Amino acid sequence: MTATRDKFGRPIVVITGMGVVTSLGAGKADNWKKLTAGESGIRTITRFPTEGLKTTMAGTVDFIPIEPFSSTDLSERLGELAGEEAIAQAGIGNKGDFPGPLFLAVAPVEVEWPQRQELGRAIGPETEVNYDAMLRVSGGGRYVDYHKRFLFGSVADHLAEAFGTKGSPISLSTACASGATAIQLGVEAIRRGEADVALCVATDGSVNPEALVRFSLLSALSTHNDRPEAAARPFSKNRDGFVMAEGAGALVLESFEAATARGAKILGIIAGCGELADSFHRTRSSPDGKPIIGCVRNALADAGLASDQIDYINAHGTGTPENDKMEYLGISTVFGERAKQIPVSSNKSMVGHTLSAAGAVEAVFSLLTLEHQRIPPTINYDIPDPAIPFDVVPNKARDARVTTVMSNSFGFGGQNASLVLTREPV
Amino acid sequence: MTSASREPTEVWITGIGLATSLGEGLDTHWDALNRRRVNVDENGFAPCIVHPWAAINLDAQIPKKGDQRQMEAWQRIGTYAAGLALEAAGVKGNNEILSRMDMIVAAGGGERDLAVDSNILNMEAKGNSAPGFLNERLMSDLRPTLFLAQLSNLLAGNIAIVHGVSGSSRTFMGEESAGVDAARIALARIAAGQSDIALIGGSQNGERKDLLVLYEFGGLNLKDKFAPVWARGEQGGFALGSGGAFLVIESKAHAEARGAKPYARLVNVVADMARRKHPGEVTATLEKLWSKLGKIDSKAAIITGATGVEPVTSEERAFLNAHAEFPVRASGTMFGHTMEAQFPLGLALAALSLSRGALFPPDGSSAVEVEMPASPSQIVVIGTGHWRGEGMALVEAIK
Repeated sequence: MTATRDKFGRPIVVITGMGVVTSLGAGKADNWKKLTAGESGIRTITRFPTEGLKTTMAGTVDFIPIEPFSSTDLSERLGELAGEEAIAQAGIGNKGDFPGPLFLAVAPVEVEWPQRQELGRAIGPETEVNYDAMLRVSGGGRYVDYHKRFLFGSVADHLAEAFGTKGSPISLSTACASGATAIQLGVEAIRRGEADVALCVATDGSVNPEALVRFSLLSALSTHNDRPEAAARPFSKNRDGFVMAEGAGALVLESFEAATARGAKILGIIAGCGELADSFHRTRSSPDGKPIIGCVRNALADAGLASDQIDYINAHGTGTPENDKMEYLGISTVFGERAKQIPVSSNKSMVGHTLSAAGAVEAVFSLLTLEHQRIPPTINYDIPDPAIPFDVVPNKARDARVTTVMSNSFGFGGQNASLVLTREPV
Repeated sequence: MTSASREPTEVWITGIGLATSLGEGLDTHWDALNRRRVNVDENGFAPCIVHPWAAINLDAQIPKKGDQRQMEAWQRIGTYAAGLALEAAGVKGNNEILSRMDMIVAAGGGERDLAVDSNILNMEAKGNSAPGFLNERLMSDLRPTLFLAQLSNLLAGNIAIVHGVSGSSRTFMGEESAGVDAARIALARIAAGQSDIALIGGSQNGERKDLLVLYEFGGLNLKDKFAPVWARGEQGGFALGSGGAFLVIESKAHAEARGAKPYARLVNVVADMARRKHPGEVTATLEKLWSKLGKIDSKAAIITGATGVEPVTSEERAFLNAHAEFPVRASGTMFGHTMEAQFPLGLALAALSLSRGALFPPDGSSAVEVEMPASPSQIVVIGTGHWRGEGMALVEAIK
């Protein structure tokens, strides 16, 4: 009989279903084809006027119509599509009856400008617009749908109903590490024996004017607007920021025991999860890199693996000057000289930074890397940064023997999370 | 279901931090609860009623002015209360413990710059509708760091920065359920040996017109005149509360090894989400959660975060009526509705009451709350979301 527990005696957690949507397209097949062809999903924004913005391109998902548009509605739809694909592949439960809990990484929900402007119109031009006036016109049941739409729990509520997940769905945010945290919560629940199966979804449809402005004001975004497809330049010397993007990733996690009992095809293993918070600064990593180093080491320790057993690193690789430098410091400290040999590529060079979704989107791509034994490239890598001597798999996908992948996610607010994914149980 | 191979670990509440509309600290709160003090503002946000945060010297827990400036009120309140909880647990400044302490924060966020929003809408009303007008105003008017004061996970981020809690940092969102699930997951992790010690909690600033607008969409704000939760009539409603409630919970072994004294034992936290499409679903869900809690003593009491919103408050009342032998207190009467923080607040009040050997007095105006002469041995904390989510915890006295 095959062992169903890992070397620490915990239930082994496997993946039996995956779904993904990005600016490259919907579904694993389309995404993988374009990702390994080195295509970019970054384009000039057409969804809203961009006059006055410093950054006018993004990895928007424009092929899914949302009318009237809100970022929360788009997030919900993207999460739904990714979840549907994952559940269909897993072949588990019945339609609308998923036999486990939902862990959802989602951007913080808020009333958006179109709704605020609707209130402004309702107040009328004769009255001064302020929040007292807005409060006066908000009641009476006229905007009752806005209440439900703009609650933080509204996306999870919708997905929980659509998929029929069980129990209290958890909406979470660990900023740009959210997707990895959603997976980690699912892994922990299965290891505790609370659930045999969990649905982990991470979604983000945040490309709207205020979101762009917010990141612009923090000087976080690339302003290479002229050639959007070349704007995201992780690990390059001329990188100048990340590119906002939309997307969703979903994984059906299952205990190895439950998956094999029902004869499910196993797509990969989540061997380990690590996290460590950084208490240095709201947007910057601790200069000594200790939290990133600790996070990576925690993930390796949780998987019971040594660094030399990792074949490929799916980097956070946002393309901000700060992130990429710190990621190199972290990886090179843990991996030593091997940091220069091990392939380290950034999917964000092609799909942009899907923010709350990134950890799950990149986990799906990491699993596809294991499945196809092919590493997606870091595109737009024309001017290497000598301070970051990674093998970034420059510009062209590469066939390679890959049995174990590390996927890293780091976020504002000192959030660090790393996953270790394998093809077979370790 | 895979069976766990080990006995669940006993979990203690060893730190409580409260900074609310009734003041700060446990003695102040215990005194206010016993005097049945309620602090409401019926004028500043009229016709809506809110519970304002009690003025506090922020420097006591957030010594750097620079840190205070980087936060909006909801983050300052939460960071302050988190500091009190760490202090009460005796781990404040203990870097060895703080660096491996887990953290789950239940957060909202999104506090707006009201002047910026109002100005843009006014100018638009005056005909400024050129493409890019909104972009230009936002680029020039928004404070660069406002985003960080709005981000949900930056309450946890600020707690890490100010107090050094950095083992892990997770933020749950989703209104009342976020508070329930923060406690549920933190407890489950410690009970299963995945964690030794955790900081959990949440905060809200109720003095926010942008938040009142959101809830006004749903017709949920209590208006004109304050009334206790159980006396808000058919229309119902909540008065937004202001406050932070944080707890340090840890395994008994971890607490004993460092000589920490417990306030109470956190026995169980359970949660579910009724679809609420038919009358009676919430009542039935609460009944189901009650049956999963564990053995309830005859000397148990109930502290509920009932919102006052209808029809869900009546549904909860039907559940409470079926368990009328247990004295009930609604935290929403004294504190208002602090949303994500209401369940952690309930846990804090339960642990405080058990540690003082008494339940605080009833609201005096409804049949739901009655005196409890006996010393409670257990308190069940209930958190029923105003729109979604039901949760329950069992907190027990340690003799």
